Amino acid sequence: MHLAYPAVLAALLFCTGLYGVLARRNAILVLMSVELMLNAVNLNLVAFDVWLSKAAEETLHSGQALTLFTIAIAAAEIGIGLAIVLAVHRNRGTADIDKLRDTAEGHGPEDTDDDARTAEPAAETGRTGKAEATA
Amino acid sequence: MTLAAATATTAHPTLTTVAAESHGFLSPTGVEVAFLLVGLVTFGAALVTVTTKQLVHAALWLVVALGGLAVEYLLLTAEFIAWVQVLIYVGSVVVLLLFGLMLTRAPIGRSPDADSGNRWAALVVAVAAAAALVWVVADAFRTTWIDLDGPAAGSTEATGASLFQNWVLPFEALSVLLLAALVGAIVLSRKAKAESSSPPLNSRAATGSSPSAPNSRNRPIRRNGRSEATRSAAGTEPTARGTASTTKETGPTEASNPVEATNPTEQEGAR
Amino acid sequence: MTTTTLAVLVPLLPFLGAAAGLLLGRTAPGFVRPLAVVPTLAALALAAVVAVRQGGDQAVNAATELTPTGSVPIELALHIDGFAALVAVLVAFVATCVQIYSTGYLRDDPRYPSYAALVSLFTSAMLLVVYSGDLIVLLVGWEVMGICSYFLVGHYWETPEARAASLKAFLVTKLGDVPFLIGLFALATDAGSFRITKVLDTVAHGGLDHPTLIALLLLAGVAGKSAQFPLHTWLPDAMAGPTPVSALIHAATMVAAGVYFIARLLPVFEASRAAMVVLAVMAAVTMLGSGLAALAQDDIKRVLAYSTIGQLGYMTGALAVGDRGAAVFHLLSHGAFKALLFLAAGVIIHAAGTNSLAAMSRMKDLRLRVPDAFWTMTVALLALAAIPPFSGFFSKESVLGAAEHVATGHTEHAPGAAGWITLVAGLITALLTAAYATRLWLLAFHGRGAEAPDHGRQPLTMNVVLWVLAVPSLALGAFAYRVLPDWFDGRDLTPTLTTSVLGTGVALIGGLVTYAAWRHTSAAAAAVPLGAVAAHPEGDAGLVEAEAIATHEPAYGDVAYAPDPADPGRLLLGPLHRHAAVGFHLDALYTAVFVRPVQAGATLVRFLDREVVETYVRGAGALPRWLGVAVRRAQTGNLQTYVSALLAGTVVLAVAVVLVATGA
Repeated sequence: MHLAYPAVLAALLFCTGLYGVLARRNAILVLMSVELMLNAVNLNLVAFDVWLSKAAEETLHSGQALTLFTIAIAAAEIGIGLAIVLAVHRNRGTADIDKLRDTAEGHGPEDTDDDARTAEPAAETGRTGKAEATA
Repeated sequence: MTLAAATATTAHPTLTTVAAESHGFLSPTGVEVAFLLVGLVTFGAALVTVTTKQLVHAALWLVVALGGLAVEYLLLTAEFIAWVQVLIYVGSVVVLLLFGLMLTRAPIGRSPDADSGNRWAALVVAVAAAAALVWVVADAFRTTWIDLDGPAAGSTEATGASLFQNWVLPFEALSVLLLAALVGAIVLSRKAKAESSSPPLNSRAATGSSPSAPNSRNRPIRRNGRSEATRSAAGTEPTARGTASTTKETGPTEASNPVEATNPTEQEGAR
Repeated sequence: MTTTTLAVLVPLLPFLGAAAGLLLGRTAPGFVRPLAVVPTLAALALAAVVAVRQGGDQAVNAATELTPTGSVPIELALHIDGFAALVAVLVAFVATCVQIYSTGYLRDDPRYPSYAALVSLFTSAMLLVVYSGDLIVLLVGWEVMGICSYFLVGHYWETPEARAASLKAFLVTKLGDVPFLIGLFALATDAGSFRITKVLDTVAHGGLDHPTLIALLLLAGVAGKSAQFPLHTWLPDAMAGPTPVSALIHAATMVAAGVYFIARLLPVFEASRAAMVVLAVMAAVTMLGSGLAALAQDDIKRVLAYSTIGQLGYMTGALAVGDRGAAVFHLLSHGAFKALLFLAAGVIIHAAGTNSLAAMSRMKDLRLRVPDAFWTMTVALLALAAIPPFSGFFSKESVLGAAEHVATGHTEHAPGAAGWITLVAGLITALLTAAYATRLWLLAFHGRGAEAPDHGRQPLTMNVVLWVLAVPSLALGAFAYRVLPDWFDGRDLTPTLTTSVLGTGVALIGGLVTYAAWRHTSAAAAAVPLGAVAAHPEGDAGLVEAEAIATHEPAYGDVAYAPDPADPGRLLLGPLHRHAAVGFHLDALYTAVFVRPVQAGATLVRFLDREVVETYVRGAGALPRWLGVAVRRAQTGNLQTYVSALLAGTVVLAVAVVLVATGA
């Protein structure tokens, strides 16, 4: 088999996951996209491992071992990530990533109804005279 | 293989246009054809996962994509990885994700705000990255050939021998990591005892329902079992819910809302 | 202990007293008075011991170089000759009197601790100037005195007069100090050392390259410090300070420093005949102008201030004729009787509740209220007017005698012109001095009108000090003119017959004319009621004085002037009176020539700074601010935006790297 097939597929999957991470609003969907990216990497690892173990007499099977590790770490990551999302949801009432703007300079137009603002006095300092309905 | 084929047949018609043409110049073998077809299915499923407006569907399409990847592993003779993939990803990760969706009261059905505002920027970045990667990878490995004959490179025996001969120390370290993750997840998701100051936040968030973004709130915000379900944007959801009905009932308390309702059973299951 | 050790202790003790006073002033108010008086008293005792041991013999010289200071070494050096020893005794003596007097005068003042500490520091600085054998060390004391005078003159900083006066004193003296510093550097460069002995050696061997330039530069500093024309204007205004400070500054320390400095470095000045003539002209103008101005002042302390300027003119005149023995002799006797005059004036102001002579001339029997001040002040005024046998007579006659000596061409030290100028100006000034002394005495003690208010007896400390000071005023001259030549250059200080007759004659004439004028005008005093009296007669003397100074301008329209037709000075001076009262418009002149242009320049600079420079600054600030606002808009708080930007950059970089690597 040509190595280009799995490699290109991995690249495409990775970029799909990338798009998801960047474009999705719900944190759990973002986590799913991260999984896609991890799997793209796994596919790369497996493909190169198979190629090298035959072509270059690489006996460590490092690609497959690392794939296993990646899967395990991904499982851990999804657990922690979900726990964080749940905690955020419990505290803020939302799991939307673009509502979690505590680090903003304070002029986001769509955070007028964001209850996180009142809990974040530090965000008030950078406010540049923008009318805030929640104040 | 049958699973993958079945999935491929269902998903295939919708996804043919995306990535089929870039490998045409290669002379296909049988394995390559299978890989290509499954790859198309996988990529299509991934695309649907990141673009669908129905959150639960996204999780289900993710299953398809991950399963497709497992088939690809099999085609690459990495059978152990393939089964681990099925076990871990399809079996547990996706289930965890679904639980997460439910616990965060994700809406069933189409949610128009599933994508955030910077979708176009994300698209540009992703397409640019894809173009760059595909170009580089295709350019680099155009002629590289994987010899799939002979003993399977990723058989369970080979993997096990390698893992427990050469990788045993990282393997053990990984177990510690998993333990830490376990403890961390428990600590994070446990409810804090002193968490009693939030009703004003919540009530304000619920009542001050978005005059500036009228169609962005169709998710009731509930807390401690109270249902203050103000559905300010109820009328903006004309699409009837038909799919994914395994997790959806028509809630009796929300009967006044004819179009869409979040089921109380889901909340009870979440607790 | 060796003489050197004792001499080191003399300036050190008041300095330590000052430091302790400043540190303990708030925490231990009980120690303040002992800390003020005892170190100064000890310094007096030590200075006396040093003087006795030195005894007018070979000068005591000691030096230690703490650290190398480059091409011209600076050493901690002592140089104690007869001048230094005696002046130090005078300084310590007057300072002790002032400190003791202040304990009574400012007994209720909340700022007494810092005041006493500053007086001690002032004394210490003056003693350092006196004993120092190194010009830079001398300069340290010189400048410490400047800053101390600023603080002390501004002691009543609540009043605008005191604030203005302290600033003026500081700035005017600094104005002289800048050329002074340059002159010191030039002198040290020519001589190759800051040591006074080495400088004098160099001068003796004719080693100075620019004697005139150096002498004139140094003269500027001396004129500022010793209140000589044209930098004398700070001194009358410095009367806004408390009376003991006036006594200290005018009698023994600050103004004496300039004269003493010239006396020390007289050979440097003698090296340039032009400088000597300039010195003589300066002294003459100072003497005459101050004498006329003193005759027109209404504030009793301003009369004394102008009198100080005049007496300093005598001293510089003596220096101009190259006789430093006479100069320092006059400095000693003047220190004693001028301190007495000021301290007695403080008592009188307290008793009368006013500092205005016009108001005092309308008080009956003021002399009965303050008999101690009356008698001692009479002694001091007689000394000031140079009536034999008071001390002022001998010292002034020694000055006039030296001038006459030079004028008649008996010496080659000084140009004959300087002698003539000094002699003529000195004689006229003797007339004026007697006139204003008589006027002061008559107006203050022989008023007619309402009874003077009775505030009870003055504090004992104040009266005792007056009598202590009266002794040298009375007897120093007659005793000293025989002894002092042994301490000084050995030149004879005995009054010569010609000048004695002339000087005493003109003094008597001045006194009698003033008396006649007073008889003529005093009838009008009762007819024209005038006067303002302090509102808090029960307060301590310092408070009364501060109020008197503060109310003088609202009451009379001017700090120095009162529209009093009963003033004999007005009759004597005629049309000159109005000009003399304001110091011959020198302040106005300076305002027009220096202050206004400087202020206009400052306004211009402020305008340039505010409107021009700041516009650029604001512009430089605005651009980054706008950029910052723009960049801040990117800080949406949306992580996905950040990551998008990050990854876009990564892609661009990766592509760039690939392109470079492949050579495309």
